[in-house]
Amino acid sequence: MSGSSLDSELQLVADRIVAQAKKGEQIEAYVSRGQETEVRVYEGNVEHFVSAQSQGINVRVISNGRTGTSYAGTLDESALAEVLAEARENAELGSVDEWAGLAEPDGVAVVEQELWNEKLESYPTARKIELTKELERLTLGIDPRVRIDSADYSDASIESAFATTKGIRVSGRENGCYTSVSTLADDNGETQTGWGFAVGKYPDEFDLNKAARDGVERATRLLGAVKPATKRTTVVLDPFVTASFLSIIGSTLNGEAVSKGRSIFANRLGEAVASPVFTLIDDPTDSRAYSATDIDGEGLAARRNVLMQDGVLQMFIHSSYSARRAQTVSTGNAIRGSGTPGVGCLALQVGLGTKSQQELIADIDDGVLIQSVQGIHSGVNAISGDFSTGASGLMIRNGATAEPVREFTIASTLQRMLLDIVAVGADIDWLPMSSVGVSLVINDITMSGV
Amino acid sequence: MTMTDLSHEIDASVLARALIAGRATGADFAEIYIEDKRSTSAGLDDGKVEQVTSGRDRGAGIRVIAGDTTGFAHTADLSESGLLAAASAAAAAASQGGGGVNTVAFGPMTRQSVNSVRIVPSSVAKSRKVELLMQANDAARSIDGAIVQVSAGYADSMKRILVANSDGVFATDEQVRTIFRISAVANGDSGMQTGYESLGHTMGFEMFDDNDVAELAIRAARQAIVKLRARPAPSGAVPVVIKCGSGGVLFHEACGHGLEADLVAKGASVYKDRRGELVASPLVTLVDDGTMTAEWGAIGIDDEGHVSKRNVLIENGVLTEYMWDYIRARNENRPQTGNGRRQSYSHLPMVRMTNTFVLNGTQDPEDIIKNTPSGVYVAKLGGGSVDTASGDFVFGMTEAYLIENGEITEPLREGNLIGNGPQVLQDIDLLGNDFAMGGPGTCGKDGQGVPVGDGQPTLRVKSLTIGGTAA
Repeated sequence: MSGSSLDSELQLVADRIVAQAKKGEQIEAYVSRGQETEVRVYEGNVEHFVSAQSQGINVRVISNGRTGTSYAGTLDESALAEVLAEARENAELGSVDEWAGLAEPDGVAVVEQELWNEKLESYPTARKIELTKELERLTLGIDPRVRIDSADYSDASIESAFATTKGIRVSGRENGCYTSVSTLADDNGETQTGWGFAVGKYPDEFDLNKAARDGVERATRLLGAVKPATKRTTVVLDPFVTASFLSIIGSTLNGEAVSKGRSIFANRLGEAVASPVFTLIDDPTDSRAYSATDIDGEGLAARRNVLMQDGVLQMFIHSSYSARRAQTVSTGNAIRGSGTPGVGCLALQVGLGTKSQQELIADIDDGVLIQSVQGIHSGVNAISGDFSTGASGLMIRNGATAEPVREFTIASTLQRMLLDIVAVGADIDWLPMSSVGVSLVINDITMSGV
Repeated sequence: MTMTDLSHEIDASVLARALIAGRATGADFAEIYIEDKRSTSAGLDDGKVEQVTSGRDRGAGIRVIAGDTTGFAHTADLSESGLLAAASAAAAAASQGGGGVNTVAFGPMTRQSVNSVRIVPSSVAKSRKVELLMQANDAARSIDGAIVQVSAGYADSMKRILVANSDGVFATDEQVRTIFRISAVANGDSGMQTGYESLGHTMGFEMFDDNDVAELAIRAARQAIVKLRARPAPSGAVPVVIKCGSGGVLFHEACGHGLEADLVAKGASVYKDRRGELVASPLVTLVDDGTMTAEWGAIGIDDEGHVSKRNVLIENGVLTEYMWDYIRARNENRPQTGNGRRQSYSHLPMVRMTNTFVLNGTQDPEDIIKNTPSGVYVAKLGGGSVDTASGDFVFGMTEAYLIENGEITEPLREGNLIGNGPQVLQDIDLLGNDFAMGGPGTCGKDGQGVPVGDGQPTLRVKSLTIGGTAA
């Protein structure tokens, strides 16, 4: 959302809901309308083309300390009335929560950002299809062992408006696009998979060649991979894998989880919880981040928060609700869902090191480069800290990558991994995710194979 | 109480006109999928019912196929003009020019209702649903002071769908699902541990007649408490015994996805061209069955309007059949299998599983454990995922124990197990006679989630790699 308060049609809808508040009742309305295009190309043909419109409204009502929410995937007049009535009815059923409430305007200035690109909006459909076909062609032209599973293009635009009885009123629009290729490489009856993607403010910024090269390299370099021996070792997480790891770490710093006794880092403020080489920052105001935004899910300004500085835990992130519970102020980290906003990092990045991935590998006698992990949702428990995922990658011997390996797991605990970080790379990659990618070297990981 | 099927609200002649508009540019096939879904959910955390939420999703997805190209558009506007606009958009998207004969004649309507719901959730006071949350919370906290946090969730949905296509398919279904989840956190000297249980069925509020949420809550709490004394799981390859009703996800990942015809057609499955071959231990007969009333993955019709079926995928170890949706079946000039599913009207259908399970073997489950001198016993599995092209898959263990000298001993910390599908299927060397279905699952594929069920008897895999940290 861009932080203006245009009197758009949607803003008027949100205002109209909020204006119906009864005495003592708090109401928040979030109204949105979106469009998306999706192109999938396979073997030179369009496999599918999706053109879609969506709209919806979410209403939150807080009355006598009780919260009720409701949503509808339409902006029909009858639905609007129904949504407010349902949210009110639901609010009668919740428990009284002394901390329940909407965000109070906090005076923090919004960092204006370019979230809307006119060139994307007017980009011709035929060229979207052509560039997707081009990505497939480029990928196929690099290595005869490579086939395509699909080449995809996707863009979306969303216009939204937000209003609350606390006087927060903001509307705006944003759009974005990316393209990706999913590859298969065959050799000797064995098949391995890879992927590559490109992001940009509009399609002409895509680096299709890089996407193609990445897709080919990831799949082909795993050909002939074997199951490695079980041992403790040093791992280099590829930037894409690091991004997933950072997201998990970010979730442990959720102030609501801290208040509710679910964070491994509760009571650790000011302590060294990570290696001194590790600095973790949530900065949605950095426009290079794919998930950069100007306001959070409660309409407060999004802001730069240093979570860990040189390994020392600096702060937890908060929405207005979790902040009230913890007797502090919101850090602008409310995130929208279908009901009450939750708490989450918006755009994580890390303090960069000085070395490329190749230079980091050159310092390692014996280790493994982790190209991808599998099963983060099933093998990582952010409450106990247990970390165990499937993995594939390349062995590292005497400072260089060696044979490919697959069908093994890497395991440790989140607490140990943070302390065991020995280096952060300089190879920053702005991925289409809410965390940045960069190579990360971690010691003392159990690699479980044969 | 009954629900009216959607055909009473949408005029068949409007559907026919929309389908004709969909084929106006010469497409071979047009389909309209209409959905009207109402849902209620309530969540408790930290002793409080934090929110009660209602949702309404209503709209149509229109798919037009011209040659190898699918055009798709969706709209929340179910008026005739809304449907015609979406149909034209889909037609334009699929457009390859041309034109031709374009009429639509519907066959007799198939009117399914996947389950005979006794208590429609909307007829139950929301306060009664909220009460269940409190009961579960109290029960979980009552068993041990070490339980420091509990969260619980209740959700129900009533989804009515209508599918009509230019081949004359005209079908409706009403799908009612109810789910209850509980998670508990225990705190001890070694840090925090979690326990989780869920109960979900394709049925109404009568689910709670035969299932006690307090019991479910106590199981979740006990799981967390037991794990307080868990030791790190081993690392390396070990024999693994999986308890009945907890490990269907193993088959879902090890071979289920690999038997989906869309992945097979693209050569992205290790099971391509293997029909008629022995792909698993002869002990294994694997079935996908959308007709299992009340199970989480049950459907009356699939999301392409075809009546759900029971399909035997692997019989005594031999691969007999893949799962098919409309497009892949049409390309191969063969019947579909009732496996075309989608998350909602705003998604394209593709090949998906329903309830996937392995039939009973003959062994006494106790004997399976006794005959395993050392290994790991998994009492509850978490989720999983698979790379269908290489066959490598993982699944998590959320409750597991060591097996020492044929007996279940120490609890283990959580972790993933990893294996290669075809190898693991061959390595199933003992199969129990205690078949049970597992809990409700959501299967994710290409960004879409659909409800699925799974099940199996107690079984042993002679070697799986376990991702712990202990030597």
